[in-house]
Order: sequence, then structure tokens, then C-alpha cells
Amino acid sequence: MESLLNNLWATIIAGFVLTVILAIVIRAMA
Amino acid sequence: MDFLAQADFWRPFFRWLHVVAGIMWIGHLWYFNFTQTPTMPKIPTELRPAVVRYILPEALFWFRWGAMLTLILGLILAWLNGYLLDALKLGIGTHNGRIVAIGWGMWLGIIMWFNVWFIIWPNQKKVIGLTSATPDEVNAARRTAGLASRVNTMLSIPMSYAMIFAPHWYGGMTA
Repeated sequence: MESLLNNLWATIIAGFVLTVILAIVIRAMA
Repeated sequence: MDFLAQADFWRPFFRWLHVVAGIMWIGHLWYFNFTQTPTMPKIPTELRPAVVRYILPEALFWFRWGAMLTLILGLILAWLNGYLLDALKLGIGTHNGRIVAIGWGMWLGIIMWFNVWFIIWPNQKKVIGLTSATPDEVNAARRTAGLASRVNTMLSIPMSYAMIFAPHWYGGMTA
């Protein structure tokens, strides 16, 4: 986790991956 | 001036204030993570105090109070819109996709606000010398604050998705 956060671009990609997961969760809960 | 008394007028007004405060907050967050932190190792050692002593304290002021204002205005906005408690319950039971989406956005924003005020700021106070600390403690504080700041940069992406998606999802209420 810490090595991911030490890398800015890995952090941003992780943010977009989380966004895709969140979009699916929101759609499923709606 | 009757319109000033109507919630219909104040809802978009508070939404605008909330977004402006959010720009102040996330603008500084991204400045720290995209500009300042990656550049610090490239700055000659004798010049670094200019950043730590002059730019950083000022940036941290607007950063943390931007976060506070964004949270307060966001809660007022959700209350004016009539979904504050439903959104805090992630919209469960409402069958309203917009409230599910804004609820997720609100919780991500609340976690980020907590990180700012209870992890990043107490640690940055040691870095800028407002709290006395040994050099080892300053290094540990810088690392902890930096990691929490990176977590917030990561969360700002899904947070902004949920926040922007919610009021523009026209099919959400019948989803």
C-alpha cells in the first residue's frame, strides 16, 4: 500500500480503478 | 426580493458556494501532490526553507479551511435539498440512485475532511514548526502527512465522480 502511495501515477490509476468499482456499486444499489 | 426567501433560490446558491470552497480545498491538495512534493527533492537544500517556511504554511491555511468550509456548506446543501439523513445512510431504502451516489460522495468527502484535520494538519504542524518535535519526529510526521495526502488525492477521484454524477443522473430516480 505504501509503495503504491509513494508513486503519484499509481495513486491516480488506483483512484480511477476505485471510481469504476464505485460506479458499479452505485448502479447496483440504485 | 421574494425569491431570496425561497429554497429554490438558495439551493443552487449553496451548491455554487460548496463547489467554490471545494476548488480551494482540492486545488491545494493537488498542488501539494502534483507540484510541491515531487519538486522538493529537486530544489537545492539551501532553498528548501523558502518553501517550508513561507509557501507551505500559507498553502496549508487555505487548504484546511477550504476543507472545513466545503464540508459545512455541503451539509447545509444536503439539508436544503432534503436528503441529508438519507444520503448519510447511502440512500438505502430510498430507491433513488441520486441519493445513493451523493451519499457515497459525502462519505468519501467526510473521510477526506477527517484526514485533513486529524492526520495531515497535526503532522504538518510539526513540519512547519508550530509543534515542537525532534528531527526524527519531523521526518516521521512528514511521511505520515504525505501518505494521508496521497490517500486523499486517490479518494478525490471517486469522490468527485459521485458528487458530480448524482445531480446529473437524470435516470437515477427511476433506476
